[in-house]
Amino acid sequence: MNSYYDPADLPKFGEIAEFQPELAKKFFSYYGDVFKEGALTAREKALIALAVSHAVQCPYCIEAYTEGCLEKGADEEQMMEAVHVAGAIQAGSALVHGVQMMNKVKEITM
Amino acid sequence: MSKKSLKGSNHDFSDSFIQLDVLNRPSANGEKFPSFKEKVSNLGFKPFKPTGIDILQVNVGKMCNQVCKHCHVDAGPDRKEIMTRETMRQILEAIKISKVKSVDLTGGAPEMNPEFRWFVEELSALGCHILVRCNLTIILANPKYNDLPAFFKKHKVEVVSSLPHFSAKRTDAQRGEGVFEKSIKALQLLNAVGYGMPDSGLALNLVYNPSGAFLPPGQESLELDFKRKLRSEYNIEFNSLFAITNIPISRFLEYLVSTGNYEAYMDKLIGAFNPETVSGVMCRNTISVGWDGYLFDCDFNQMLDLKVGTKNQHISEFDTNALENRNIILNQHCYGCTAGAGSSCGGEIA
Repeated sequence: MNSYYDPADLPKFGEIAEFQPELAKKFFSYYGDVFKEGALTAREKALIALAVSHAVQCPYCIEAYTEGCLEKGADEEQMMEAVHVAGAIQAGSALVHGVQMMNKVKEITM
Repeated sequence: MSKKSLKGSNHDFSDSFIQLDVLNRPSANGEKFPSFKEKVSNLGFKPFKPTGIDILQVNVGKMCNQVCKHCHVDAGPDRKEIMTRETMRQILEAIKISKVKSVDLTGGAPEMNPEFRWFVEELSALGCHILVRCNLTIILANPKYNDLPAFFKKHKVEVVSSLPHFSAKRTDAQRGEGVFEKSIKALQLLNAVGYGMPDSGLALNLVYNPSGAFLPPGQESLELDFKRKLRSEYNIEFNSLFAITNIPISRFLEYLVSTGNYEAYMDKLIGAFNPETVSGVMCRNTISVGWDGYLFDCDFNQMLDLKVGTKNQHISEFDTNALENRNIILNQHCYGCTAGAGSSCGGEIA
């Protein structure tokens, strides 16, 4: 293995069943149901998945949901806005902890 | 974007033998892509037979005012292959002795054939349902084409037009700079004579195909998006949207190979093979006629020069019985018609 991430591994995702078939079956069945049209459209779900993929920084997920978004009819502008949502939440998440920092500063300073 | 066809630039892929060779090569790791023919024969379609001949799809020539990146015809201004009136007469004779109900005119830009209007008038006189695959920009390309909407209306022609996306960027990337703006103007001109308007009886259908190496979205939800966007931003109405998969031949094959997307795209098509689509593929009720009168199972086979598997292969020798009993010629590009929800010239199958 030359790298932790190999693009050839993505299509092998289903092979996780080899070591634990029952849980894999449950997971893939659940996964499939999650992405079906529901109260949210399949496209909205693909865009959410794209944003989350960036937040969790999963190269497999980014590749899969870039194609997934295009195949659900999303365009580049919508996809980049989804990535900005992930970025904004990540930045906001860091910054809102600034309040904790401020609280501590105020607690221990005169 | 190149203004030349593959043929005009002497590209290897203008040779159908080379395209078929690429489609039948093993993948880079030595594995063979599973055979489409075997795949459908395992489903009981052995051999693969037609259900009838309801539609005659006539390619009246390869000349076009556009050079789209994905064009399976390799059409463009530099293509001079044009159907003659004599071949059109042979088609009219064949229709008279056939059970054909609908004639689907395609190209190139079919309107650029100097005999186009004569042919439509003759087909109309025979009482055929006529469908024209109009690229929209032709209506504005020259003053002599400006009255096409009125001409189409007179003969109750169904107009089917490509608009890959409701954004200018995506459409122009595939069809050429400025195509989106002209297409919008042309759609407004078609609407003005009644096309796409409720109760007009004048059908205006749009075709979406992906602007790259991915499958089309679901037709129904995409149609709603197109309707909402085109109505709110451009006041345009249309009837239906057909979502079509890009077939890996000709210019789209060249795009796939030159950008390193070919194998992943074939894997995608094969992985998305949907057995439910097989019985509804268009070659089962359509015969495709080339600009020179030769007969094919579909427009894609035509571009790969895979003529029908019957003794008589020319429109002048049209033999309904033999054609209805022929074995359809299959090859690896056929995976494009059976992926996901399936794909035909009328959009999704399943």
